[in-house]
Amino acid sequence: MDFGYSLSKSSTMKIENLENSKFKALAKLEPDATKCIGCGCCTASCSAGVFADMSLRQILLSLQRDCQDKYLPMLQNCMLCGKCMLVCPRGINTRHLILSICKIYGIEQ
Amino acid sequence: MRERFLVGFDPFVLPFLCGMVFVLAYCLFYLVRILAQLSAEDRKKFFKSLLLPSNALKNIRDMFLDCLIHVKLWKRNPNLGYMHSSIAFGWFMLIVIGHIETFMYVPGKAGLFYYPIFFRYFMEVDNQELKGSLLFFLMDFFLLIVLSGILLAMIKRIWRRFFGMRRTTRLSITDHIGLYSLWAIFPLRWIAEGFTAGVAGGSFMTIPINMLLKNFMSNPENFNIAWWLYSIALGTFMFALPFSRYMHIPAEILLIPMKRAGLKVYHPRKGFALAQIYTCPSCGVCIDACPMSANKQNCKDTTVYLVRQLKRNNARRMNAMSNKCLMCGKCQEVCQIGLQSYDIRMNIRERARYNIQLKHNYLASYNPDIKQAKVLYYAGCMSSLTPVIGRSIKKLLSIAKVDYTQMDEGGGICCGRPLILAGKKAEAQAMIAKNTEIIKASGASILLVSCAICYRVFKNEYKLSGIRVMHYTEYFNELIKKGKLPITKGNVRYAYHDPCDLGRGCGIYDEPREALSFVGGLAHAEKERAMSVCCGGSIGSLTLNHEDRKPIVEASISNMLYSNPDYIVTACPLCQKTFSMYSPVEVLDFAQALCNGLQEKDVN
Ligand code: SF4
Ligand code: SF4
Ligand code: SF4
Ligand code: SF4
Repeated sequence: MDFGYSLSKSSTMKIENLENSKFKALAKLEPDATKCIGCGCCTASCSAGVFADMSLRQILLSLQRDCQDKYLPMLQNCMLCGKCMLVCPRGINTRHLILSICKIYGIEQ
Repeated sequence: MRERFLVGFDPFVLPFLCGMVFVLAYCLFYLVRILAQLSAEDRKKFFKSLLLPSNALKNIRDMFLDCLIHVKLWKRNPNLGYMHSSIAFGWFMLIVIGHIETFMYVPGKAGLFYYPIFFRYFMEVDNQELKGSLLFFLMDFFLLIVLSGILLAMIKRIWRRFFGMRRTTRLSITDHIGLYSLWAIFPLRWIAEGFTAGVAGGSFMTIPINMLLKNFMSNPENFNIAWWLYSIALGTFMFALPFSRYMHIPAEILLIPMKRAGLKVYHPRKGFALAQIYTCPSCGVCIDACPMSANKQNCKDTTVYLVRQLKRNNARRMNAMSNKCLMCGKCQEVCQIGLQSYDIRMNIRERARYNIQLKHNYLASYNPDIKQAKVLYYAGCMSSLTPVIGRSIKKLLSIAKVDYTQMDEGGGICCGRPLILAGKKAEAQAMIAKNTEIIKASGASILLVSCAICYRVFKNEYKLSGIRVMHYTEYFNELIKKGKLPITKGNVRYAYHDPCDLGRGCGIYDEPREALSFVGGLAHAEKERAMSVCCGGSIGSLTLNHEDRKPIVEASISNMLYSNPDYIVTACPLCQKTFSMYSPVEVLDFAQALCNGLQEKDVN
């Protein structure tokens, strides 16, 4: 029977089941990777965000949840200007974090 | 004088001889290798400059002043200068006079290059003559000079402060072998010549030694052991030389003409860079100079150790060290050989590989509509986090009735320097091209920049013919001097911080100070101008994180507070933001300080 709607798939995820070897490698390269509290200050102040989609917060969250494929292309917009580094309340070294993500992860063409 | 043995050879010369041949062969090999690594164009440039007579004279002067006298070290600290020049110049003179003696008395043996070194062993005096005594005196005199230098070198290992140094280089094993054999050479020479002084003559240093145990010392049967030891010390030094910091002795002779030819570093450890790496004597001056060394664990990442890792081709450490550096340029400023650590580090960074490439596709479609005006103001990314800078600048501009417009109101394209510093030159070029297009289209004749980081890249990488790129310190200083800004002098004292990119990067030291002197007094920092200390917030460092930077920032602030200023003033938004985190006194931007000096009626 088609009601024109259905129950949505559960979005629950089991953290312990996630494939996180890449995230571990990232945290080794830049330990700040684990510090993000998702406040979004970086995104709000982003220089690239004026011109295109760029949300470091989303990218970092997606990495932690192993669903980054959709978000990684945003990284290509970053100008490495470092503003996010100055506003981050956790003092995360965002520029190196971004460069490290670019080293460890890849984008499927 | 006459020869004691007609053969003119004794097995004890062998250690020295082998060492010497080894060093010469090694140096020749590396000379060819370095020259072969240069691009054809650079090589041509090098040889052309070498042949120019005026250059040749300058090269010889530099070799004399830098390699032998060590003028730069004298300027840094006279004790340090004396220590180095006494050893280098004294040794040089011993070799020269040794050769003169050989040419004078036994020209037939002058071709044997061990002969002048062991001259006193092979010769004996038959009758005293004046010129002989003069040479004896000179030889002993320079031996004394060298010995005094060696004594200082020993003292330096335990009492660095005497030489104005807080820290000195941790030596590698081969450095140690080189060091101890160098220390041993001259006392052993003294003793060896003391043995033969009764037969071959000597002067105020060697004769007394000989007198001490005359019967024992003057017996030719006992000579050999002393001369063997001397030769072994020389040989050990020669064999250690190519693998130790003493490689700087031959390498500097190559580096001086290379620098004069104006070559550029194109690879972190090839060609011109390799010549620089070999020329670093590990003097360690760059350790104390480096702002990172405020945090003791960072000392191991300073330039002297980078050079060592480059020699060893340790890729992991090379990358880590180059990524950590603040790129403040101080080590290059203090370095006696002018090692281009900035270019070397940039070359390492440019070789990093990434899986995700930055693309900035949005650049093509960005076409801001900018009002035509005489002055185009570019605030830069950082300035938007410190809005007070922009406000102050605009206030000053409108008071001076300047026809201006802002290029990046509400956000613009980054100047490109952060990308360059991350080793992404090609990506930065795209930004540079876009900004150039926007600036040219604006029809402005002056590009006004309020960020030292942007200013450096606009000045050095952009080709903006016909447009004057001005840092706001230069521009406002001109306005004040033209009487366009009604400011009065208050009785506050400002300590001005030279941002790295503005001072060492672009050579602007006087304009900001002159302008500030119109609004208040200047309080000196402990180290300023070319010796200024990086604020610690530099985006030049990729890997230093927030906690690591704290001691660096605090050390830099305490440098600024040296003569108790009322305010710290800086001319870079990043410095201002960084200092503000920990400074006990208020940190103002240059434009803010000028606004403080505006006459009352203009303030509202
Ligand atoms: S460094 Fe990149 S992510 Fe951070 S503010 Fe600048 S453009 Fe945005
Ligand atoms: S500002 Fe810092 S803590 Fe906040 S979302 Fe961005 S990276 Fe995370
Ligand atoms: S890089 Fe320069 S300052 Fe540093 S140890 Fe070498 S020569 Fe000395
Ligand atoms: S550039 Fe500055 S931070 Fe980097 S090594 Fe040299 S002195 Fe230290």
